[in-house]
This record gives sequence, structure tokens and C-alpha cells, in this order.
Amino acid sequence: MINATLKELSRHLTSGEVTSVELATQYLDRIKALNPALNAFITIDGEKTLEEARAADAARAAGEAGPLTGVPLAYKDIFCQEGWKTSCGSRMLDNFVAPYSAHVVERCRAAGMVTLGRTNMDEFAMGSSNENSYYGPVKNPWDFNAIPGGSSGGSAVAVAARLAPAALGTDTGGSIRQPASHCGVTGIKPTYGTVSRYGMVAFASSLDQGGPMAQTAEDCALLLNVIAGFDSRDSTSLERAPEDYTRSLEQPLTGLKVGLPREYFAEGLSEDVAQVVQSAIDTLRQLGAEVVEVSLPNTRLSIPAYYVIAPAEASSNLSRYDGVRYGHRAAEYSDLVDMYERTRAEGFGDEVKRRILVGTYVLSHGYYDAYYLKAQKIRRLIADDFRKAFERCDVILGPVAPTAAFDIGQLADDPVQMYLSDIYTLSINLAGLPGMSVPAGFAGNGRPVGLQIVGNYFSEAKMLNVAHQFQLATDWHARRPVL
Amino acid sequence: MSLTHQDVARIARLARIAVTEDEIAATSEKLNGIFGLIEEMQAVNTDGIEPMAHPQDVFLRLREDAVTEPNRREAFQSVAPQVEKGLFLVPKVIE
Repeated sequence: MINATLKELSRHLTSGEVTSVELATQYLDRIKALNPALNAFITIDGEKTLEEARAADAARAAGEAGPLTGVPLAYKDIFCQEGWKTSCGSRMLDNFVAPYSAHVVERCRAAGMVTLGRTNMDEFAMGSSNENSYYGPVKNPWDFNAIPGGSSGGSAVAVAARLAPAALGTDTGGSIRQPASHCGVTGIKPTYGTVSRYGMVAFASSLDQGGPMAQTAEDCALLLNVIAGFDSRDSTSLERAPEDYTRSLEQPLTGLKVGLPREYFAEGLSEDVAQVVQSAIDTLRQLGAEVVEVSLPNTRLSIPAYYVIAPAEASSNLSRYDGVRYGHRAAEYSDLVDMYERTRAEGFGDEVKRRILVGTYVLSHGYYDAYYLKAQKIRRLIADDFRKAFERCDVILGPVAPTAAFDIGQLADDPVQMYLSDIYTLSINLAGLPGMSVPAGFAGNGRPVGLQIVGNYFSEAKMLNVAHQFQLATDWHARRPVL
Repeated sequence: MSLTHQDVARIARLARIAVTEDEIAATSEKLNGIFGLIEEMQAVNTDGIEPMAHPQDVFLRLREDAVTEPNRREAFQSVAPQVEKGLFLVPKVIE
């Protein structure tokens, strides 16, 4: 049962083959056994989980069950959840028990889904390796020497190691897609504005977007049906009619136009990732897709633009951590300013401090036009590149990251090299487009490699269709690490 | 562009983050590396390009000026470091 997809679990629960309490118990036992080595979860609370599971079983007995009632789910520790510690991977929020729930948590709870726990992450979602967590690094279940990717590394590992059938993550510059790629799971970052940010601890508000991570594209579609939709409490939430993201899964790919951006297959892409992506493209061609070359000439500029916009917005968002209303407060201080300065020096880790400093500088008096405004103009150029490319194709395919997962510690002290590894994911956030990662093979060292699928605005159903058809033709998504 | 130790100390003060001399030295080096990356965008001509804040260029919604939230002061203050009689306590700022 532990290897079942959401779809299968839903069927088993409906048929009465298993109860929600039995299911939750199986996962909790597995978490207890494997989490000490993997460190995928920050918080587990078996009693709370079982309470939710009992309620789900009761709802089912009363004939009030929906398709996902009683199905367990893990949340990245960035989504506020009433009564649960919501740390965001930071010492700053180590004592923070959320007094309210994020919109997506409310949606999942209303659907009857059972909380398995809260997953580890890079502090405030800043990182590509999960080494920046106050709670220690997360291990990649395929190779304990490898990073799991970040920042939603705990969520990716929970799914890959079958500690949870699915998890929610967030993606500001690749934080769903890159760990999904490195851990061999499926994850989708929807179009900006599709999933409410209400109750999601803010990092870079014009880029942040929550999304599902699971074994299959079909499961991601089922979860997206639950979490997507307008919410007036998020000022950038889009007012659109609800859609069924599973509606196109079964469509054949005949005539699908697949764009390959030449900049994504140039210098810097490792040989084994290139091979995996190439063979995935061959598979799609056999399924009827036509390949066209496209160009995204400003790809390279996504790195400087992102590393201005994200830190600038972060420095503003994280100014709320002042030791007054919630979170950490320094034990000793001489006056108010000293309290702020010590509280923040103690509460934030090195990478978060670096980004706050970069953001503070670029927003400081006299520099706004040269940095933030300039980066927003480049953002427009990047979005225009995609607009032109989508005139010639339905989806864009490419790698998620230049290499398979690197070693723990390899880039830990070199932020510039770490940032450069985000080259294929950042531009999608800057443009606000949907992107996903689908397991597509393995590198020479046995570490998983994902295929990135980028769609035009609001084309999630089409992307999930492509991913689902790919998964019907391959079994990469069903491979699992030996634990 | 290169940030001096003095610049970094000033930025840290603006950001309300206490830093030691050793931290300033280590941080300056890393920040200069990051700004080396960022400066690449200065070479691009962006004359006449409209800055982009939201991909759909949406306008902020307006709503009726009506009370929509219940008062949950106790719940929200239960996570505060120091409160008294419904107020958040901070060190004295006025003598």
C-alpha cells in the first residue's frame, strides 16, 4: 500500500480495502523508521494525524467522502497550519505554532486529506540544496551523499522514499521542480496567481507559487484540483473559473508541437542530463509529437534579474521578523534597535542574511532604478521571449538543472555557483509561467534526472496531459530507491 | 562595483542585523561575488521597456469597506514574545 498512488489509495479507501486510520498508521510507522536517517520531516504528530484519519473514516461511514477523503498528505513547513509548528526551516520561527491555516491547507483539509506532518526545507525557501535548514540537511534517498535539491527538499524526499504519497511544495525559482528532478518525483509549479499565497510564509511575493509533488502527473492533477482557485485574501490571486486539471490526461499527443530552446542545450549542460532529456524527447516523438527549435535569448539574464528581485522582495517581506509579534526574540538587549538587531542576527541563518543584505542594498536610496527597476525590465524581456516561443509550439521541453544532484557540502560555501545551477528554472518564475518536472531517467552515478515541461499561461492541463502520456509509455516515475 | 567593509556594516544596520567584524569580512567577499553576477544585467539596453511586476498585469482589487475578519487578538498574541493587557511589549523608546 505504501507504494500506491493517490488515485490507487482513493480506490482502496472507497472499496473499503483499507481505512484511513490503517493507512495513516502505515505511513507514520515508515516515517518513524526512516526519518531519522532522511530528515525529511521537521514535525510529526501521530496523535493529530490519527485524529484527522478517524474523522475521515467517520465522514466516509456517513457517506460524506470525496475522492481524496482519508488520503494522507505532507506539507512543506512553509504553509501555516493551525495548531502545528510552522518553522519555515528557520530558528526565527522555531517556536511559532500557527494560529491560522493557509488557504491550500484549508482546501486539503476540507477535501478530507489527512496531515502526515511538516516537511523540511531550506530556511525561508532560500536554497537549492536543503542545506540551509535550521533543522539540518535532508538526505537524498537515492544516495545519502547527494543533496535532495531545494527548497522543497523534504517534500520531494517524503514522496520519493514513500514516507507520504504526496506533498505540497512551493516554487519561487525552481523549488518544486529541482528537488522533484533530483529525487525522481513529479512536481508542478502552476501559473502565478493560480494557487493562493494566503498563509504561505512569504519569500518573494511576485514569484512565490505553491504546487503539488507526487509520484505521477495524474496525482498532481488531482491535487491541483483541490488547491487551485481564486482566494480574495491573496491580492494577486486570479479570478478565473475553476477547471478540472485531469480533463485532458488521456488525449493522444499526435500533432503536439514541442519547442526545444537552443539556449537550454548549450554549454553548461552535463552530458548525462543531456542524454536523459534527449531520450525523453525521442519517446515523445514516438508518441506523435513534432519537435521545433525555439530560442529564449535572454535566459542567461534570468540569473541576475532573479537575484535582484527575489532578495529585494525578501528583504521587505522578512522585515516583519522583529521579535515583537511572533517568533524568536533575543534574550538580552539594551534598547529597541539592539533587540531588533540581535533578534535577527540570532534568528536568521547565513544565506537568509546574505539575501536580506543584497535586497536591502538594491532597494536603498539611489539604487532602485539601477537594480530593482532594471531587473523588472529584464523580466519583461524574458516573458517576451516565451511569448514568441509559444507562437511556434504548445509546450517547451528541457532540463531542470544542469547536472543530477550534487554532493552534500559541494557548493555549500559558494553561493554564486549554487545560484548558477538555477539557470533553467528561474526564467519560468520571472515570466510567471507554469513548469513541471517529470522523472525521465538517471545520471551515470545513479541519481535521478527530471525532464522539465514548461507551458503557456494556464496550460497546466496540457502539460499534465504530456506528462501523463509520457508516464504511460515509461516507468521512470515508478522506480524507487532501495531503503 | 565593490562593497567595502564599511558599506556592508551600513547595509547590515539598515537591515537591522547585528554583525561582528569577522562576519563583515566573510560576508563582504560573498556579497561581492553575488554582485559580480548581478552586474551582468547592466550591459543590457532596456530603454523603453515597461517594467513587469505581475505577468498578467492585473490591477489591485477593490472591496467594500466592511468588517470581514473576526477579532482573534488572543490567538494571535498567544505566539508573541511578550504581551500585557492585550498589548505587545517592547523595550522603552521614550524616556
